Amino acid sequence: MPASALTERRPFGDRLFQILALAAGLLVLAILILIAITTSQQSASWFSSQGLSGIFSATWNPSANKFGPMGFVYGTAISSLIAIIIAVPLSLGIALLLTEVVPRRWSRPIVYLVDLLAVVPSVVWGLWGILVLAPWLQKIYTSIGSGVKGVPVIGSLFGPPVSGASFFTAGLILAFMITPIITSLSREVIATVPAIDREGAYALGATRWEMIRGAVWPHSQSGIVGSILLGLGRAMGETIAAALVIGSSVQVTSHLFAPGDSMPAVIANEFGEASGTFRAGLIGLGVLLFLLTIIINVVARGVVARSTRRSRGA
Amino acid sequence: MAATTQRPVVDLREPASWRKTKNQIMTGLMVLAMLIIIVPLVFVLYTVISKGAGIISGQFLTAAIPPNVLPANLGGMGPAVVGTLEITALASVIAIPLGVLGAIYLNEYGKKNVLARIIGFMADVMTGVPSIVMGLFIFSIFTLHFGFSGLGGALALACLMLPLIIRSSQEMLSLVPDALREGSYALGASRARVTVTVVLPTAIGGIVSGCLLAVARAAGETAPLLFTILTVTSTNTNVFSGANTALPAQIFTNATSPYNGAQARAWGAALTLIVIAFILLVGARIITARFTRVGR
Amino acid sequence: MTERQAQPAAARPTVGVTPSVQDLPATGTGNHVFDANGISIYYSAFRAVTDVSFSIYENEITAFIGPSGCGKTTVLRSLNRMNDLIAGARVEGDVRYRDAPLYGPGVSPIAVRRKIGMVFQKPNPFPKSIYDNIAYGPRINGIRNKKQLDEIVEKSLRQGALWDEVKHRLKTSALGLSGGQAQRLCIARTLAVEPDVVLMDEPCSALDPIATSAIEDLMKDIKSQYTIVIVTHNMQQATRVSDRTAFFSVLRNEKSDTRTGVLVEYGQTRQIFEDPHDPRTQAYVTGRMG
Repeated sequence: MPASALTERRPFGDRLFQILALAAGLLVLAILILIAITTSQQSASWFSSQGLSGIFSATWNPSANKFGPMGFVYGTAISSLIAIIIAVPLSLGIALLLTEVVPRRWSRPIVYLVDLLAVVPSVVWGLWGILVLAPWLQKIYTSIGSGVKGVPVIGSLFGPPVSGASFFTAGLILAFMITPIITSLSREVIATVPAIDREGAYALGATRWEMIRGAVWPHSQSGIVGSILLGLGRAMGETIAAALVIGSSVQVTSHLFAPGDSMPAVIANEFGEASGTFRAGLIGLGVLLFLLTIIINVVARGVVARSTRRSRGA
Repeated sequence: MAATTQRPVVDLREPASWRKTKNQIMTGLMVLAMLIIIVPLVFVLYTVISKGAGIISGQFLTAAIPPNVLPANLGGMGPAVVGTLEITALASVIAIPLGVLGAIYLNEYGKKNVLARIIGFMADVMTGVPSIVMGLFIFSIFTLHFGFSGLGGALALACLMLPLIIRSSQEMLSLVPDALREGSYALGASRARVTVTVVLPTAIGGIVSGCLLAVARAAGETAPLLFTILTVTSTNTNVFSGANTALPAQIFTNATSPYNGAQARAWGAALTLIVIAFILLVGARIITARFTRVGR
Repeated sequence: MTERQAQPAAARPTVGVTPSVQDLPATGTGNHVFDANGISIYYSAFRAVTDVSFSIYENEITAFIGPSGCGKTTVLRSLNRMNDLIAGARVEGDVRYRDAPLYGPGVSPIAVRRKIGMVFQKPNPFPKSIYDNIAYGPRINGIRNKKQLDEIVEKSLRQGALWDEVKHRLKTSALGLSGGQAQRLCIARTLAVEPDVVLMDEPCSALDPIATSAIEDLMKDIKSQYTIVIVTHNMQQATRVSDRTAFFSVLRNEKSDTRTGVLVEYGQTRQIFEDPHDPRTQAYVTGRMG
């Protein structure tokens, strides 16, 4: 290195390092684009063989070469919806408990507990779900089912046929799995509510709950909606637990205690035996799943990022 | 208002009111939410420990997996332990350097530019891509051309780990105070040198802890492995070629088996997985705690 | 530096009362609203304020002045139990509000704060409409009647000298208001729950001079109905608006290297600024310290 030259070129190592770092960053974009391209390619024969009406059909019959995905889309929607309905009140309750109620030395052990929930692998939830929870739920479903049989609306939701492995069992397990995600994200959002807003509400004689409604909620509602959407995206894509407990029987029915099937579950369960259009159809389900989760994640991340940025900027 | 002058003593107690009751009900519901979520956690951990503790042994972790047609034979999970270790290790070797480099780009080079913001945002989005889609992706781009192998599984797991590592590492890098960087620049160091000699060593604790959490997540994943390693029952020490197996994939296969021996193996494997994940989680916590104590 | 002292004296019309007697009413009724007797306030182990005693009088404006770190805001927040929200904060000694012990058993901070409202240094409107900001307090107190709420909103905004500026956009977000308007909104929001006392923690420190004088006029307007305690950094403000002034200072203990806030002198504002009895007060008001 010539010591006197102020116009010295950047050392080669420095530029190489920057290029490597940039390449690693670009890899994220490359992988996302490649996922879209390669999986679409592999499922092209499915799209072309089924036609537009086939793509929107719920008939999935490999022996008749009919691969309509809508039964699985329905199962994914129902099981994720059940998961969200159960997980959202639990998550928001825990998030508010952690941020607004308990002193800091108590909040840490609770956070650890919730984290522990998140490290239980999906397959372990599934194993427990099918061997322990499902047989137990079957009894409960049966007694509920015989109780509400024939009652309008409730009977068609909770009445027979019932099965231990069902939409509802899958939804319940998914709820346990997404609660830690929704809890930690909404806790982050709630933590950005300025202390001065809380004090403003307290200074008017608000109770804690009134303070939450008046000061915390308006500040964090969009961010909380975003974290719920992220939980929804996770529930939709969750594979192995759903594959084990949803019942693997594709049907569009209002009976929540009946067995069903979801997009990721059918891919996991049937991919091994599939070939040709069958396999293309399963990969096609994966493409649908990818698109749905990407859309949900883009919207949700956008909402979360905007809400945390806004409250930090204010 | 001022009208209270006539009364010498005011009552500052809160009268029993619906507002007060509502506040108590809501607080009670929050506590209830926490208790409700503890139930499945304790239940699942209790089941796995009680069913798995009697099964796990040195023998179990090393013995061969018997064919499922031998119902009474417990056998072991040796091949799956080997497979999980080699596939997860390979995935880490791929994903950790790339993830940390990506984080360095986002935090040290790109800082405020549009491309870095897009990459950061897409890394967040990528964490939401279902793991089974990663499996289908590697199946389409790799397995179809090169066949089943541990490498395929490792690539799928690496895709899963990459955005997690980028995001956690970037967060740690952003905590490094600018004064440290400036101190090094003032000595005439290049950006690469500043990053490697000052920024990375300062943030290393947090980065390692983030990586451990990503490894824990990957070690428990099943879906990306199903179509990439094939899940055989024999040991394959060559991670780069030939069908392989792993603990989560074995649990998935055995969970629906009617044989007691197979179910027992599933519980044993489940406990093994949870112990691995727990060790990684605790390790990450310890490192984070030590790191933040030193850092502040 | 000395003209700083002369200015307020000239600005203030002379009233024919004996200046140095603390207990004579300046303008109010003479009734005691607060009686603090030997209070010390702690944040965990740190003693922020030591052995402070004073009385606050009805329908007067009382100013707390003093250098930063002297504990004046801490004392103010102890008057409506806002300190309860800070982990580790506790008050020792006796604080009475209209003869009732503020920290007595069974006292609810919520009930206290409804009677004793607070306006903060930084305007903190909720991210809701102007109307909903004002209606927030009445609503949590159970007023649901639309007509009644409309009346309260109009009355409070008029009291807050904001009505004419916002009456056509009550449903728009309060976050669109200027700093001065937002602070008047926060005052109106406090008045909407019809408190007895309004505590103000440097309410004008984030505002420009025009917005500041609007708030000062507002304070004088509402004084006949409320008792006001204001913490201010601005000594001119204290002389412009307040009837009584309490000067707090920092007491350093060189040996143990600790510091704590103490009340140095308390009296009618004119006396404090024109004829301070304590040399520390004199040094502060003439600008030789702080």
